Amino acid sequence: MKKKNSVFLIITIPAFLLFFIFHSFPALQGIFYSFTDWKGYGDWNFVGLKNYLNVFKDERAGDAYLFTFKFAIVATILVNIISLLVAIGLNSKIKFHKTLRAIYFLPYILSILIVGFIFNFIFAHFLPQIGDAFGWEFLTRNILGNPDLAWIGIVIVAVWQAVSFNTILYLAGLVTISEDLYEAASIDGAGVWTKFWKITFPLIAPFFTINMVLSLKNFLMVFDQIVALTGGGPGKSTESISLLIYRGGFEGGEFAYQSANAVIYFIVIIVFSVIQLKFLNKREVEN
Amino acid sequence: MNRKKTSWIVTTLLILGSLLILFPLYLTITIAFKTPPEMAGNLLALPKSWSFDNFAQAIEMTNFFNAFKNSAFVTIFVVIFTVLTNSLVSYAIARNLHKKFYKFLYFYFLSAMFIPFPIIMLPLVKQTSAWGMDNLVGLIILYIVFNLSFNVFIYIGYIRAIPVELEEAAIMDGATTWGVFWKVIFPLLAPMNATVAIITSLGAWNDFMLPLVLLSDREMATLPLVQYIFQGQFSTDYNLAFASYLMALAPMIIVYIFAQKWIISGVMKGSIK
Repeated sequence: MKKKNSVFLIITIPAFLLFFIFHSFPALQGIFYSFTDWKGYGDWNFVGLKNYLNVFKDERAGDAYLFTFKFAIVATILVNIISLLVAIGLNSKIKFHKTLRAIYFLPYILSILIVGFIFNFIFAHFLPQIGDAFGWEFLTRNILGNPDLAWIGIVIVAVWQAVSFNTILYLAGLVTISEDLYEAASIDGAGVWTKFWKITFPLIAPFFTINMVLSLKNFLMVFDQIVALTGGGPGKSTESISLLIYRGGFEGGEFAYQSANAVIYFIVIIVFSVIQLKFLNKREVEN
Repeated sequence: MNRKKTSWIVTTLLILGSLLILFPLYLTITIAFKTPPEMAGNLLALPKSWSFDNFAQAIEMTNFFNAFKNSAFVTIFVVIFTVLTNSLVSYAIARNLHKKFYKFLYFYFLSAMFIPFPIIMLPLVKQTSAWGMDNLVGLIILYIVFNLSFNVFIYIGYIRAIPVELEEAAIMDGATTWGVFWKVIFPLLAPMNATVAIITSLGAWNDFMLPLVLLSDREMATLPLVQYIFQGQFSTDYNLAFASYLMALAPMIIVYIFAQKWIISGVMKGSIK
């Protein structure tokens, strides 16, 4: 028994150390540097909470937070509505079942960055051409070039990509629901709408919770799509928090300052995830 | 299920919806084969002649084969070592969850899933470059370590459903803990190993952010990173760019066409746990 214990320790301790060295230690360092004025090179001094206060006063950071929230909330809602509809469709009695399922999951395997580049072209060249050809004024200009509309382009690409994974999750939930339940409901005279709200939705509630929390968390970290579509522009209108930390930290010599921003960002994500879990779990229980 | 009639309305709607997914890919393929004047004529039409000139030029300009080699190297080693090490660590934790240290480890790894990458990004890059890890090997090590968070979660759920009696029988026959794992547990983990391998390979192959911040040497650029550098330098020739995108996407699409059944069910299994 003694020997067995030591084997388990020999296995887990290196894993623990490696994880600490490459994940937790950098995180702790980030927190440490957030209280200094380090530029990423040279000397540094402690500055207390100055970086944090400055982040709160920083308009660029404020705009990045506003944009990221707006984007993440709209994208989360759209992705969940669309993927739930697609999953219900794929789970019903349809033709070409396998082919359709394969097509709907396809975006999940593609690189977001490259998908973003392709959509960049669609927004910049393809849609304006269509707009010109049909005389549709609203399509003739590239929405990515408009500070007020560029975020919609990013939502479209993010949703296009994310629907596939969320559909997989919803479908995993839907296949566990027995057909008998629907038949019994039909006999009782329940319509499609009643069946959805009384049977489908309550039974996939845990999947709804996971999807909402995961999609919001992932969308709050949006990076690749923005790099490929707008690079944060026009102006700074689509600069997400991740992009701001990356730019300021690596290109702007704001190592310590952006570390403070990263800590705030981390707290925001945790708070959002916990609130969501509490709220959604409560709803699950009531159902 | 058979008692119900095929719903043609739903089928039609889904087919229309699937066009939204296929259309950007159609555009990518056709543009990659066209010449600039051809594209100016009619964007939607099929290319008049399927010429591979764009591809030849893109291969040269992006140093495609080098990037492909880098991506393949990283992905293959990450998948192999992730499956071997992460399953082993999960096993050690799963069989000792009643002990404080292992329980702590379990929650420690899990909680890391909620730490956004930007918070560790800046110090991590300083640290890895100071240690000479700003290369492909460093990238591989980081992926394997970072994967622990999610994999511990899905492996442990599965391992705990495997009866301990199986292991006890093997131990009675004189097997060591080490032997028990490789001879009894690891083969039983096959479905989870496949799931982890699929999710890990997709993650390593498509990741952009970690190579972007970690790799300083251009020779080491992976496929997504090459597209990014390429895009920054030659953004005017769309036919060339699309040939390059298509080549970067093609390997995964080809694998997907042949293995989509396993890929979908693998991801599904991973996500239910």
